[in-house]
Amino acid sequence: MSTVELPTPRSYLEEGFGLRSWLTTHDHKRIAVLYGIGITFFFFLGGLAAALIRWELVTPAGDLLSAETYNKAFTFHGVVMVWFFLIPSIPATLGNFLLPLMIGARDVAFPRLNLFSWYLYMGGGVFTLACLLLGGVDTGWTFYTPFSTMFSNSHVMMAVAGVFIVGFSSIFTGLNFIVTVHTLRAPGMTWMRLPLFVWSMYAVALVMILATPVLAMTLALIGLERLFGVGIFDPALGGDPVLFQHFFWFYSHPAVYIMILPGMGLVSELITHGARRRIFGYRFMVYAIIGIAVVGFLVWGHHMFVAGQSMYASIVFSILSFIIAVPSAIKVFNWTATLYKGDISFDAPMLYALGFVGLFMLGGLTGLFLAATALDVNLTDTYFVVAHFHYIMVGGAVMAYLGGIHYWWPKITGRMYSEAWARFAAILMFFGFNLTFFPQYILGWEGMPRRYHEYLPQFQVWNVLSSAGATILGVAYLMPLLYLAWSLRHGERAGSNPWDATGLEWQTSSPPPPHNFDETPLVTEGPYAYRR
Amino acid sequence: MMLPQASSFAPNVDHLFDALLLLCALVVVGVFTLMIVFCVKYRHGTDAVRTPAHQHLGVELTWTLVPFFLFMGIFGWSVHLWIRMRTPPKDAQPVYVVAKQWMWKVQHPGGQREIDQLHVPVGQPIRLVMTSQDVIHSFYVPAFRVKQDVLPGRYTQLWFTATEAGTYHLFCAEFCGTDHSRMRGRVVVMAPSDYARWLHAHQGTGLAAQGADLFRQLGCSGCHDPQSGVHAPDLYDLYGRTVPLADGSQVLADERYLHDAILLPKKQVAAGYAPIMPSFEGRIGEEDVLALVAYLKTRTHAAEDTDEHR
Repeated sequence: MSTVELPTPRSYLEEGFGLRSWLTTHDHKRIAVLYGIGITFFFFLGGLAAALIRWELVTPAGDLLSAETYNKAFTFHGVVMVWFFLIPSIPATLGNFLLPLMIGARDVAFPRLNLFSWYLYMGGGVFTLACLLLGGVDTGWTFYTPFSTMFSNSHVMMAVAGVFIVGFSSIFTGLNFIVTVHTLRAPGMTWMRLPLFVWSMYAVALVMILATPVLAMTLALIGLERLFGVGIFDPALGGDPVLFQHFFWFYSHPAVYIMILPGMGLVSELITHGARRRIFGYRFMVYAIIGIAVVGFLVWGHHMFVAGQSMYASIVFSILSFIIAVPSAIKVFNWTATLYKGDISFDAPMLYALGFVGLFMLGGLTGLFLAATALDVNLTDTYFVVAHFHYIMVGGAVMAYLGGIHYWWPKITGRMYSEAWARFAAILMFFGFNLTFFPQYILGWEGMPRRYHEYLPQFQVWNVLSSAGATILGVAYLMPLLYLAWSLRHGERAGSNPWDATGLEWQTSSPPPPHNFDETPLVTEGPYAYRR
Repeated sequence: MMLPQASSFAPNVDHLFDALLLLCALVVVGVFTLMIVFCVKYRHGTDAVRTPAHQHLGVELTWTLVPFFLFMGIFGWSVHLWIRMRTPPKDAQPVYVVAKQWMWKVQHPGGQREIDQLHVPVGQPIRLVMTSQDVIHSFYVPAFRVKQDVLPGRYTQLWFTATEAGTYHLFCAEFCGTDHSRMRGRVVVMAPSDYARWLHAHQGTGLAAQGADLFRQLGCSGCHDPQSGVHAPDLYDLYGRTVPLADGSQVLADERYLHDAILLPKKQVAAGYAPIMPSFEGRIGEEDVLALVAYLKTRTHAAEDTDEHR
């Protein structure tokens, strides 16, 4: 009797082909791809809601959508984009794919938990879609009480259930990353040799497991209040509606850093590669990541300067918000300094990264206007705020995510995409983005409140420009979907290291084998070992 | 398109805005210039000198700390202005605002009532005492650079001095449901003489007088009048006094306290009295509470001795 040796599959994509092999996989790379598909779906769904909002606002009268439909559209847009795109996007896709590769591990610490996180994500998504099909929810993504608990007749419980469930997906992902970084680093991979993307994933994981439970608790309280009238937020029963805002922002402000820190990590990788130069001030970059993650917990009250919080509390939150600008500034300055004496080529990932730095800077600096109490009075709850956070979230997080997808696409799929189309899309996106959101700063300063379905005719010009920009932006977002899909079948074979980059993930084949490395790598120097 | 400056805060807020804008513009121009110069000079294929990287602690500290202290200057300036914006002067004239889905109801102390409109004179500090009957709203007048959330079950306040006669937009800035974007109104700023004429033309029963009627109709007087046999706190000279509470703490008897004492009598029980007062929550609206509070504010021995004693 002879033994038959089964051939080991060459890549994780060839490990099995049926749907079943994907839905029961424990491979972090396959789970990353599963997340990628779900997240892309939700991104375009949320984007469709955004398009409806912007087209409604082309004219001052509410003529495209009814007031109720409009309110549901912006709520759906917010809920989907925050919880089903921005928060999971980079950690769950690129983080899942790259974290073990970058530290020389065979997988994450808890592969089954990782798969379970994905099921939770999809489960939360099912509730959110059910909410939409039942007729939607009109509270805004912030679910402010007492509107959400006592006055909204829409499907609040369904939406809250979706967010509650997806929160646990986030907690488990965070837990997995922390244990992975602590226990599975390859020999020689010391903390100060971790790539900055790994550092940012580690910091984000800490924020996820510390902050997300507060969100879960807050959402549970909404349920209790709405179903049983327990009186935590209802003033008639001695409750306090502003208490909800404290709970909510105690999660949701750190959540902003869950969205942007991964982007900062990615951009550090992209810029150092694009300039073919070691990152400037690696240690400072690490400290800045940690600083942002820590101080990010202490600034939630800056959402509530005019909400009835004490004057002195507002002053404290104001100064802390100014202070968190320091580590952010360090990052921007160090990225700029990394370009100095570099050998810069402008491939698509680099264009996204440079776009990120510019947009993140404008978004960050306008945050100071909102952090300054006396200015925030006029600006809060206007389009200035809308512009500010879209510059960070869309200009920052989405640009970084797309830059990262492009950069590691050859590693994930083994194929190259069309560089010309990719550059064109990146530039069009940058242009469309600025045309969409810059006018909103002006609208905000001139006093147009956010979440308005109808507005004064004097605001129309800027709104028309913004809607035109949004249309261009929408087209620019569809382009990568098309040329990346095309590359799956027709793209050139990538080879293990098409960029001639450093980093452990480039030392294995593309796509990587199921167990990442044929031999455990030995790390002998820090990241970004470019000669310059 | 310029936003009008129609309150005493507006020019100050705008100066601060301009200063911060200038500082940010300097940072943006500085960084963008460097980025562009580096991108051009060190693009792949040029023969610029490229030496290996090293760290510069001095450089990092300089570009971190210098902007930081400049921005701290902005913070200090902002706090200075903020404290002024949050501290109404003693002589500010109160006007009462009740928000509800989806309208603004305004009552002047003289009993004049308006809906979605607020008339005020030039040059007189006005203090709005606001509450909501349902969800959270936010009172926002861009031309004045003022905004304050209006909460159910609680008074919030906002003050300003209008400086330019004219009509200005009033918005609800906190999302409050279906017709949020229609919850708009106008603030009419008038010369003092015009304002006096307007007040006279819209004379109603004074707010305090309405409150006095309610005080009898609702049976408050049955317990709280000095002749009453019920052991209830004396309400003379209550407003502005410090009241000792049953739990040993103290509370200033301001508008908020009076409001809560009517709607939530068990929340802060005065020391020495049994918590037997029924709640008026759900029985009377916020406007009635405002009238009662206005009446209680007039119940001082001084006022009773001179004209109102009956």
